[in-house]
Amino acid sequence: MADKESSGNKKVSRRKFLVRGGLGTVGVLAIGTYLFRNPIRRAILEKVNSMDIEYLGSTDNPMLWFELGPANEIILHSPKIEMGQGTFTGLAQMAADELDVPFQNIKVVHATTDTGNIDQFSTGGSTSISGLWQPLRELAATFREMMKLKGAEKLGVSVSDVTVADGRVSANGKSLFYSEIAEGVTSWTIPDAPVLKDINTYRYVGKPLPRVDLEDKVYGTPMFGLDAEMPDMVFGAVVRPSKIGAKYISATTDKAEKMPGVLKIVKEDDFVAVVAESYIEAENAKQAIEVVWETPDNLQQEEIVAMMTVGNGTSSIIQKQGDALEGDAVVQMEFRSPIGAHAQIEPNGVVASVVDDKATIMISTRVIGITRKEVASRLGWDEEQVNVVPTYLGGGFGRRLHTPHAVQAAVMSKAVGKPVKYIFSREEEFQHDMFRPPTHHILKGSLNEQGLLSGLEHHFVSGDVGNNSALIPNVLPTILGADVGAIRGAFIQYTAVPNHRSVYWHVDLPFATSWWRSLGLLANTFAIESFIDEMALKADKNPIEFRLAHIGDDEAGKRLKEVIRTAGEKSGYSEDVKDGKAMGFAASVDAGTPCAHVVEVSVEDNEIKVHKVTVVLDPGLAVNPDQVRAQCEGCVIMGMSAVLFEQMKVVDGSLTPTIYGPYEMALMKHAPKEIDVILLQGKDKPGPVGEPPLGPIGAAIANAVKRLTGKRLQSMPLKLT
Amino acid sequence: MKISMQINGQSHVVELTDEYTPLLWVIRDMLGLKGTKFGCGKAACGACTLHVDGEAVRSCSYPVKFADGKEITTIEGLGDATNPHPVQQAWIEEIVPQCGYCQPGFMMATAALLDKIPNPTDEEIDDNIINVCRCGTYYRMRKAIHLAAEKQSALKTTNEPTNS
Repeated sequence: MADKESSGNKKVSRRKFLVRGGLGTVGVLAIGTYLFRNPIRRAILEKVNSMDIEYLGSTDNPMLWFELGPANEIILHSPKIEMGQGTFTGLAQMAADELDVPFQNIKVVHATTDTGNIDQFSTGGSTSISGLWQPLRELAATFREMMKLKGAEKLGVSVSDVTVADGRVSANGKSLFYSEIAEGVTSWTIPDAPVLKDINTYRYVGKPLPRVDLEDKVYGTPMFGLDAEMPDMVFGAVVRPSKIGAKYISATTDKAEKMPGVLKIVKEDDFVAVVAESYIEAENAKQAIEVVWETPDNLQQEEIVAMMTVGNGTSSIIQKQGDALEGDAVVQMEFRSPIGAHAQIEPNGVVASVVDDKATIMISTRVIGITRKEVASRLGWDEEQVNVVPTYLGGGFGRRLHTPHAVQAAVMSKAVGKPVKYIFSREEEFQHDMFRPPTHHILKGSLNEQGLLSGLEHHFVSGDVGNNSALIPNVLPTILGADVGAIRGAFIQYTAVPNHRSVYWHVDLPFATSWWRSLGLLANTFAIESFIDEMALKADKNPIEFRLAHIGDDEAGKRLKEVIRTAGEKSGYSEDVKDGKAMGFAASVDAGTPCAHVVEVSVEDNEIKVHKVTVVLDPGLAVNPDQVRAQCEGCVIMGMSAVLFEQMKVVDGSLTPTIYGPYEMALMKHAPKEIDVILLQGKDKPGPVGEPPLGPIGAAIANAVKRLTGKRLQSMPLKLT
Repeated sequence: MKISMQINGQSHVVELTDEYTPLLWVIRDMLGLKGTKFGCGKAACGACTLHVDGEAVRSCSYPVKFADGKEITTIEGLGDATNPHPVQQAWIEEIVPQCGYCQPGFMMATAALLDKIPNPTDEEIDDNIINVCRCGTYYRMRKAIHLAAEKQSALKTTNEPTNS
């Protein structure tokens, strides 16, 4: 028998690989070294340069990925959070194929900080499937090979004589389930370089399987952060200011102390809170606390708009070719986007138990590692004393990438010696959101004698997106002096235009702004693609052909052109107004994923109505085409909501409105009756999906409105009156 | 005061000092039924929709005192995996949920709608289904609502007594 040590396999002790009893039998631990391949910095640069995104997570600890149960079921501990994007389902498909087990045998759960393989960065950036594509399959293949080697040994045959299928290893008419193979094993042989299967042999990847969480979500199973409970749990509420920039000074709490159900008033240097027996009692008592705030002068919306004007703040050129545009022939237009709220339906919430020397935090979070770090730091503890248990999210959209409420709940729990649940009110959720920053854009363009663009420039100003967020100080510097989030979608994709540039301006806003699904993409694409349409009209050219004429012939350019061509064909794009409806076209590339939208729009009583949207997306390999479609449909509707309805305003120093309804959003009646999604596959691995389809919608609608009414709408939300 | 309610076919008596406590919190925190969600607390989003005597009600703004003596149905009582409601079947077939948080409220609103209007038009759906979904699943929901209407009427036809 060949010496395993010398044949590329290494023996590892049980202690290192079998860390957990699982469901009565073995648990198998896989190593984390695969995740170190790509330095984070390079990955970020790639992201900004619209290349493929690699896995951003990292951890120094070994990681528990798969647990094997007695019925041959496999629990996959996901380092990524499920927030609706379908990641759990895609990961299960990838794992099932490489593990060689039936799809229904895979159960996906969130990893906790105690189980180790949490993502130290975040769940976000549309990277969950694309980033784990290689590492997860390699880990699964490693697991399969371990089973194969041990299975052969137990069957008393050589490895080359066994076959692996459906979660069992077989030879000579005998077979053993993985769970049987693992029984009693104390030492495993780990192959160094597992060979991945041929993608064409996959049974699950590429299939539109139903979501793994579908039934739980239809039958109302508790799964979200706000559903979390702990024994003996009580409820906390923190008093928050309604004014921007207000600083906590002191509080009078006599009245609140005597309110029904109140257990304790918690006064800290930076906040005051109340803990009570029930949620309602805590909320009622909170209202009775009188707080002295130090408040700056009342800000008004006009001041914010004036502040957010290109030319204010600091600037950097993020893209440059050829000369700057000058002269009378240059066409110039400006565009604006407002402050946007996340408005996810599940408010932020947390249950924290800080008892004795152990803290457990159950929370809707996307930054598990940061949540743990911040709680440990406030308590003055080691991170190992804090276990963060992430839950399903009732929506992410860029929210939950900072969780200071976990710290506050931990402080309250420590004060009362019991687990404390703390939920944001909707008013607090709106007032203390970390908003999508408002933007202002100036576009410049010039045409040559053939009616083609000789120059194109995008000058834009944004507040923070990535800068000053919880993620940035630890991981990301700025790219070329610009905010990595604000510049998403800000580049000129028409690189065949001889003179083109993109110039970023940054203004510090007096309130927190941050990540919002697709980051700068929505507003930047709205501005650039509206302007391109305007230039096509000036050149008297078909907007699709006009776009195609200005895109380069590199790999990315080819994929974008194919998406644009397909969208034109499949939608039957026409510049004519028919039956009171006009069509609008726009395209964008985000994180390497090109997307085009064609919309059919009418105007009734000055209200813009979207009847049909054709989406063409090239996400590369679609691990679950149905969920890719769902992301496209969701992006269309969320994008329409932002483009047609949503805006926060600063009124007398407060961010308003603070409730759905006044914060107008798309409802059932606004959703298009038809959304036709066409998926192209321009490469053989998965690319980002969750955000790229948000790009074109704003400009596509504005371009249709222009063709229908002759009016060029230059500010979101788009209104005709 | 004591409040007696039938919840999902079972009798419950709860005792609480503040009779204006919203029904939502009694259901979620006192009775432990977590399928009914908190979204806004002001009846503006519909995540907390359940049925009181067959009517869709936004329970975050419905004082529990008004539920005294009433029959309440939550998503847990609408149906389960062994006996799903046609609305739930349709939601599964159309793979509607994304994050899923608002979905129980939508399904409860839809079930109440179909009891009143068994085969709603698109316009009737637009007028009556006014909850908020941030993931933007309205497109699939509309398909699921029409499918649920078909399923429910097929069920009624099968269950109707024949004259023979």
